[in-house]
Amino acid sequence: MVKDKEVQQKQPMPPLGAWIPAVALGWLIPGGGHFLLKRNGRGGLLLASVTGMFLCGLMMQGAMFQPQTGDLLTTLINTGGFIGNVCSGILYLLSVCFGYSQVDTAGHVHDYGTKFLVTAGLLNILAMVDAYEIAAGRKD
Amino acid sequence: MPKMNLSHFEAAFLFSVFTSVVLGVVTKRTDRDRLHYGVYTFGCFLLALFGIGWLMYFGHG
Repeated sequence: MVKDKEVQQKQPMPPLGAWIPAVALGWLIPGGGHFLLKRNGRGGLLLASVTGMFLCGLMMQGAMFQPQTGDLLTTLINTGGFIGNVCSGILYLLSVCFGYSQVDTAGHVHDYGTKFLVTAGLLNILAMVDAYEIAAGRKD
Repeated sequence: MPKMNLSHFEAAFLFSVFTSVVLGVVTKRTDRDRLHYGVYTFGCFLLALFGIGWLMYFGHG
């Protein structure tokens, strides 16, 4: 009975062409997926928030993560942090291209900066999921 | 690149603002619900900020 309901609630996967451009643009430019789907107000808010958070992280001289292996905690923190950084899209790519490199130093401002840089990417993932749902017709 | 030197409170406040906006935008389906949820999330962040701050103050002795 419960399984039947689960099967009924599962929605078919939308065609790739319907959502890939929105999600890809959403990764590259925060809020870009929403702009592509003509949700300009929400796209503008996402662009301002994610970019603002990333720039604050840079101005606080936060550190960027590099994937590392070792013990489980080191792998989780560094690989997870790297994925968070990369998900900021063009903001991450530009900062790397312009040679931004900050060693992980002690101090609460640097520490907050590092968290801001990772969280900007994580918030952009939420924006990409939202763009996917809109493109797939599951949300207005 | 200009440098920012913020206190714990200022940094956490900024974090709350940016995060609340995104959570409000992506979570709900109508603009009214989005605004409500964003304000609610921001309030929860501030409550946690002050609550945990005082907890640490008293816990520290």
